[in-house]
Amino acid sequence: MTKFVDLHLCAPFRNVDQLKKMVTKSFELGYRLVGIPLPPNVELDEVERLRKICSEAGLDFVSRVDLTPKNTNELLANLRRLRRKFEVVSVLCMSKPIARQAAKDRRVDVLSFPVAKPRNRFFDSAEAELASESSSSLEIDMMSLLSLEGFLRIRLISSLRKEVAIAKSFRVPVVISSGAANDYLLRGPRDYSALAMLFDMDSSLAFKALSEVPRSIVERNRLKLSSDFVAPGLRVVRRRDP
Amino acid sequence: MIRRVKQRYLALKIESVESFGDEDIKDAVWNAVTQLFGEYGASKAGLFLVQYDRQRKEAVLRCSHKALEMVHASIVSVTNIRDKPVAMHVLRISGTLRALKKS
Repeated sequence: MTKFVDLHLCAPFRNVDQLKKMVTKSFELGYRLVGIPLPPNVELDEVERLRKICSEAGLDFVSRVDLTPKNTNELLANLRRLRRKFEVVSVLCMSKPIARQAAKDRRVDVLSFPVAKPRNRFFDSAEAELASESSSSLEIDMMSLLSLEGFLRIRLISSLRKEVAIAKSFRVPVVISSGAANDYLLRGPRDYSALAMLFDMDSSLAFKALSEVPRSIVERNRLKLSSDFVAPGLRVVRRRDP
Repeated sequence: MIRRVKQRYLALKIESVESFGDEDIKDAVWNAVTQLFGEYGASKAGLFLVQYDRQRKEAVLRCSHKALEMVHASIVSVTNIRDKPVAMHVLRISGTLRALKKS
């Protein structure tokens, strides 16, 4: 059975009731792994509390941080400080220099772009080339497709269509996540796959974007964050007994 | 010889604290199809509300099999009915009503 992943479940992590409701709903819809964005200064015991809530619901929890840097220096400083604290690092690219820096930095897992301003979506072929070299992924939050209406949604679908075509041609992995802040905006993986046809993403690619791609990001980072990791391709297999 | 038009049946679950009537569900789906695919797209959908259980908040919708993807995307895009928040989930899809009820 396919293990579906929602890498961006924007559950309010301090509101335990709402969080439990959303996590349970995610499980019912068929997800087995969820990424919940946390503030950069989150305490370790809060992360453990979230992990416990998710495991009680039958879900594997992934800690995630969403960075919104104002300039490239702030991005680099944040990456230095936070990379080893979270399993997934996402960057919301608000300007072209930030987008380029994020795309070429191997510490960035997921690139996302502002929804409301299509001109600020900097995912062009140059960005895609950098992203494919550093194995960063393009994230599509489906919440925006559901919440926008009229002209704004038309522009968003048009931008997404172009971005998916560029990502395909440069072999940049695409991640589809919910981005849902309440349970009414949550949909199942098959429903998202149906919605993905709006921006010309076929169902096999959409299922990959909901399972294989996010799962490989999490597995790669968990390996890197483990104490056995030495360097890419090199890890401790066995230690000598003291 | 004219070929028979193939149909698909979709079982839906409507999630909301409110209770809605048949007309509300029909209107919501029709509006979603028209918003996303226009009147031309809606004309190809062949939408029909087969049944609706108000208590269980479950519905069965029929559409043309060629318009299945379109109808599925439209159903999923419904976020409110009469300004009340709603989520519609497609539970099952089948070629016959009997198979839909069996699964």
